[in-house]
Amino acid sequence: MKILVCISHVPDTTSKINFTDNNTKFDSNGVQFIIGPYDDYALARAIEIKEANAGTTVTVLNVGPADTEPTIRKALAIGADDAVRVNAEPSDSFFVAMQIAEHAKSKGYDLILMGRESIDFNGGVVHSIVGELLGIPSLSPVMKLELEGTKAKLAREIEGGKELLEVNLPFVAGCQEPIAEWKIPNMRGIMSARTKPLQVIEPMAVDSGVSLQKFELPPAKGAVKMISSDNVGELVSLLKNEAKVL
Amino acid sequence: MNILVFVESAEGKIKKTSLEAVAYAHGMGGKVAALALGTVDAADLAALGKFGAAKVLHAADARLNDGVIQAYSSVIVQAMQAENADVLVLANSSLGTPVAARVATKLGASIATNVTELPETAAGFVVKKSIYTGKAFSKIEMKNAKKVIAIKKNAAEVKEVGADVAPESFTPQLADADFAAKITATEKATGEILLPEANIVVSGGRGMKGPEHWGPIEELAKVLGAATGCSKPVSDIGWRPHHEHVGQTGVKVSPQLYIAVGISGAIQHLAGVNSSKCIVVINKDADAPFFKAADYGIVGDAFDVLPKLIEAVKAAK
Ligand SMILES: Cc1cc2nc3c(=O)[nH]c(=O)nc-3n(C[C@H](O)[C@H](O)[C@H](O)COP(=O)(O)OP(=O)(O)OC[C@H]3O[C@@H](n4cnc5c(N)ncnc54)[C@H](O)[C@@H]3O)c2cc1C
Ligand SMILES: Cc1cc2nc3c(=O)[nH]c(=O)nc-3n(C[C@H](O)[C@H](O)[C@H](O)COP(=O)(O)OP(=O)(O)OC[C@H]3O[C@@H](n4cnc5c(N)ncnc54)[C@H](O)[C@@H]3O)c2cc1C
Repeated sequence: MKILVCISHVPDTTSKINFTDNNTKFDSNGVQFIIGPYDDYALARAIEIKEANAGTTVTVLNVGPADTEPTIRKALAIGADDAVRVNAEPSDSFFVAMQIAEHAKSKGYDLILMGRESIDFNGGVVHSIVGELLGIPSLSPVMKLELEGTKAKLAREIEGGKELLEVNLPFVAGCQEPIAEWKIPNMRGIMSARTKPLQVIEPMAVDSGVSLQKFELPPAKGAVKMISSDNVGELVSLLKNEAKVL
Repeated sequence: MNILVFVESAEGKIKKTSLEAVAYAHGMGGKVAALALGTVDAADLAALGKFGAAKVLHAADARLNDGVIQAYSSVIVQAMQAENADVLVLANSSLGTPVAARVATKLGASIATNVTELPETAAGFVVKKSIYTGKAFSKIEMKNAKKVIAIKKNAAEVKEVGADVAPESFTPQLADADFAAKITATEKATGEILLPEANIVVSGGRGMKGPEHWGPIEELAKVLGAATGCSKPVSDIGWRPHHEHVGQTGVKVSPQLYIAVGISGAIQHLAGVNSSKCIVVINKDADAPFFKAADYGIVGDAFDVLPKLIEAVKAAK
């Protein structure tokens, strides 16, 4: 069994978001980068499957410049066997998906796991584009994934509930909790990650359909109005007459 | 410009977020056709005309009663071809977003999801989208001739702009491969107000102390006509179902009013609620970080404040 896990390299969830160069570049000053939290679920599930099925290999792939390598090494420390970095700025969803599909098309992966969405650009589309490019099913957001031979049983979250599915391998899944518990690398993992293979490949050329013009920050929030807990009626009248939301 | 809007339905009713997609397309000022799939109430189909569709297409094939991602993508592409549509508009959702991605790939279209405003077309075709989980926006030029736009809730206001139209039936070609992923069952709360679509959300955190204390949250939601939500630890420990989990790694909501009770306001929770129009925080700790993100706050014990608030809402009705 061969599993590919695609990971994004994104600002930690507690990061303050700022831009530079006249609001055209993300300001990475003081920002800590992590494996996307959803991608981390995908990786954790892949490792669980590997632990339960002898002979399974897990490859992680990131489309990114050299400074994403510490993030990739962390995925190796968590338990992936080897890694691929497509050496390019991941300029948009379609570009990233094309690189992933180009790598995957000749490798015979049984399962391609991703996060449901990146937490920087929140596209929620790379898994589905890859599925379409490879001509295989894509399912997202997947909250449960059990393998039964060459078949899988999945649960996909939908508004207000979930949908249960059966699908044959291979397919692409965009993962979210509670598919698995996040894994923390142990010392042995961290040591062995240093010597696991990390292959760097050059990107294919892609005609991009979108270009970024500018970033904006939301307007600053006004001050909070405090209301006494003995005067809850006042809150209701403010919501009605001032905020006009009731 | 010809625009196709894919409208989603649940239990036969067109979703409100899809009406927003119709309103958005109408706002773009082209010729709007709406496409609905599976069994949908006839009155709801006709009413799409009122909200801005000049034409309503309906593919009633029972195989489309479930939201099968590949089959839906294929039908939408066929409808775009039939209508000679340049643009597809739909609402972001667990079905809409993956479908948008597959359709865009089939058509070689530019795609933007989480779009919050009508496009600017003075120079090129530029949309604004929410990024960094609501912490920022980006303006993106969509350069290809064909475009797929998935809008975020509240990107357009639903207004009556026309009259009912008679739906036309649409018969797509469906292949077995479109149903390669088989939906075996759907488990769904019925009759509930769905969290991602709600105008008011009442959410509880670990401060509620246990699942047995959710009565006042549910009652407040009921009197307000609101959906219920929760923080991540609350769904992690199983006090509430997973689909109620709000935040960075859960549902992102953008209601008119978000009421947070016994939630501390961790940055990951705020990421899911920061596009709410108005935020009310009830917490017994005056230093809870959530107050900094709130419009109105009450410092107090949830079990004291909630019953009073329920009474006050009832009295104001
Ligand atoms: C310096 C820098 C600048 C960037 N500028 C832009 C920009 O201007 N516009 C823009 O759209 N994006 C930009 N990105 C890329 C962004 O990080 C995403 O990787 C990419 O856009 C895909 O985003 P998405 O939101 O569509 O992914 P989604 O569709 O939300 O992601 C779904 C899943 O796909 C996988 N995935 C996503 N990205 C990658 C990746 N790079 N490598 C491997 N797997 C991945 C993950 O498993 C993820 O959970 C930039 C990244 C960096 C590091
Ligand atoms: C990568 C990552 C992603 C995450 N994603 C999410 C996410 O999507 N959503 C999310 O919610 N969290 C998320 N978290 C977790 C987040 O960091 C917080 O731990 C979580 O939001 C805290 O939940 P809480 O506010 O319910 O609990 P607590 O932080 O324990 O807060 C409980 C609050 O209740 C108050 N309280 C106690 N008793 C009462 C009472 N009787 N009356 C009134 N108030 C009372 C307390 O003063 C306190 O402020 C994420 C964390 C990480 C690391």
